[in-house]
Amino acid sequence: MNNPENKPGYFGQWGGAYIPEVLYETFRELKEVYAKAKTDPAFWQEYLALMSSYSCRPTPLTHAENLSRHFGGAQIFIKREDLNHTGAHKANNVMGQGLLVKRMGKTRVIAETGAGQHGVACATMAAKFGFACTIYMGEEDVQRQRPNVFWMEKLGATVIPVTTGSRTLKDAINEAFRDWVSNMDTTHYVMGTVCGPHPFPEMVAWFQSIIGQEARVQILAAHGRLPARVYACVGGGSNAMGIFQGFLADPEVELIGVEAGGKGLETGQHAARLASQDASPGVAQGYKTMFLQDADGQMRDTHSVAAGLDYIGVSPLLTDLWEKGRVRFAAATDQEVMAALDLTIKKEGIIPALESTHAFVQAFKEAGELNCEQAVIINQSGRGDKDIFTIAHAFDDPSWKDFIRKKGEEYAAR
Amino acid sequence: MQLADQLREARTHKDILLMTHLVLGYPSFAVNREVIRQMVANGVDMIELQIPFSEPMADGPMIIKANQEAIANGTKVADCLAFAEEMAAKYKIPFLFMTYYNIPFKYGLRDFLHKAREIGIRGCIIPDLPPEEGEEYLGLAKEFALAPIQIFAPTSTEERMRTLAGHGDGFIYCVARRGVTGSKTEFDASFDAYLSRCRKATDLPLAVGFGISSREDVQILTGKADLAVIGTATIRLVEEKGPEAVGPFIAGLIRHPHKS
Repeated sequence: MNNPENKPGYFGQWGGAYIPEVLYETFRELKEVYAKAKTDPAFWQEYLALMSSYSCRPTPLTHAENLSRHFGGAQIFIKREDLNHTGAHKANNVMGQGLLVKRMGKTRVIAETGAGQHGVACATMAAKFGFACTIYMGEEDVQRQRPNVFWMEKLGATVIPVTTGSRTLKDAINEAFRDWVSNMDTTHYVMGTVCGPHPFPEMVAWFQSIIGQEARVQILAAHGRLPARVYACVGGGSNAMGIFQGFLADPEVELIGVEAGGKGLETGQHAARLASQDASPGVAQGYKTMFLQDADGQMRDTHSVAAGLDYIGVSPLLTDLWEKGRVRFAAATDQEVMAALDLTIKKEGIIPALESTHAFVQAFKEAGELNCEQAVIINQSGRGDKDIFTIAHAFDDPSWKDFIRKKGEEYAAR
Repeated sequence: MQLADQLREARTHKDILLMTHLVLGYPSFAVNREVIRQMVANGVDMIELQIPFSEPMADGPMIIKANQEAIANGTKVADCLAFAEEMAAKYKIPFLFMTYYNIPFKYGLRDFLHKAREIGIRGCIIPDLPPEEGEEYLGLAKEFALAPIQIFAPTSTEERMRTLAGHGDGFIYCVARRGVTGSKTEFDASFDAYLSRCRKATDLPLAVGFGISSREDVQILTGKADLAVIGTATIRLVEEKGPEAVGPFIAGLIRHPHKS
């Protein structure tokens, strides 16, 4: 056996760059530009300046006093990535990649999107930097995230509904690659998460590390010592890698990734790669990780109430940290997510995205195990108020349904 | 005989060889069987059997659909292996497997390649497995005397082509243009320049694929490449006109005068 531990782009045995030959030169250029930016202190300064003037960095760390009291255990802190411009941590990555696109002299960006968060962030970046922008989005996600489609189009992006495969995030990634192999000279593919071929996992994790860097300083200031545990939801894994990197070197801080338990792990209708027994090693979408696939290697359909977590694979960095025992994985069901969302809104006046709420579920389950001298941080990767259609639907809210019905009648009457 | 030598030998009788492609299990193995019969009867020199995968990243709409429907019809890797064994036993021309890396990876790379060898397959095309990630594959292919077909692209530099050729055997698959399978290719001066770069980089036979669909296309390639690859065109034909249209189509592609 060869030893992939020493190969570039590998994290333990996971990762790599399984790319078609036509993209070889494109990746060579990207790796070069990324390596230069990483060793250039002026690049990170430019990035920080952009994120503090255009987005809302540093984002606050909020002490959730009411929730802490409610559970009677650990002090619960919430890292407020929802307060980023465009409402999620996705801005950190797209702005960073946008600066790289300028350095490469390309004029067009493409991206996949699941929940639409990354698509909106990418379209925003393209508007600001003057790039043409095409977003690939599974047809099923276009249906369930209509408001995000509206904003992407208003921001000047072309949104292409993807009708192949399961019509969700993985299929949008395939389509973005198919565009890229035709248009690589002018176009950069802004991969939205810490997945895909090298250097994407490492590069996106680098841009997202800003979350953990801030959170570490903030918790020491607010609490006087490191947190006992840090919780983050895991779809592809970018917000989790972002905050975990602030604490990876502190063995006393336990790191917990929370995946989509969907209708329950026992039903098979979930997207839990590492928290369930259902995933196995595989190579798809350009990288090696644990995939939800059948015995032949065909990818399975996944399910989650949160489109952003509804994905077959998971970051090779997280799979490595899971295998090495550094990150523990848990799953939250759709039902648990709705209960935790309701509680968080009522107790704190904070509305997390459905994706982020998965992290809240696990933190709530465990808060009582700790004492009030201990702290936990939940990474609130995005805000939920703009997902009003999805959340109102998930709550099955009668007055909302009545409002939509009347709106429908109003439009139909015109 | 080694695949490369066999193709060189075949080229001494023909100006250009034809390689065709089909997706196993689409629309059914019965139709696959009939299509292959007609392809062989009408002079196809080699056939690429694509084992369907749920994420065919390098393929265009027609072949994506074929992959999806083959899987939805219940096509299993084991069925594909059994079918390939039947074809390789029945016909003398070389058969190759084309698939994405997850299929052999999940089967067990050694077991898959061993099995491929046992059932008479001559080589493999795996478009998402560059040599940097394929050390184990390349070693096993050598062990089992299977040709690990390497792919050149118009974006490949001369240095890169030489590296790829060093890992390859059988022939080199030259992707005619950027993009995915199935759309039209323009054969202009830059295409000719690309093919001469390919020719300079290797002594292996050159196959040209992506967007080759007509007798004119095959004629343009004659004298420049050793093999023309017909992929999407026959899948589309079967879809539109049924398997019985394949024979006349193939015959029309290669009605060229034999070398005297």
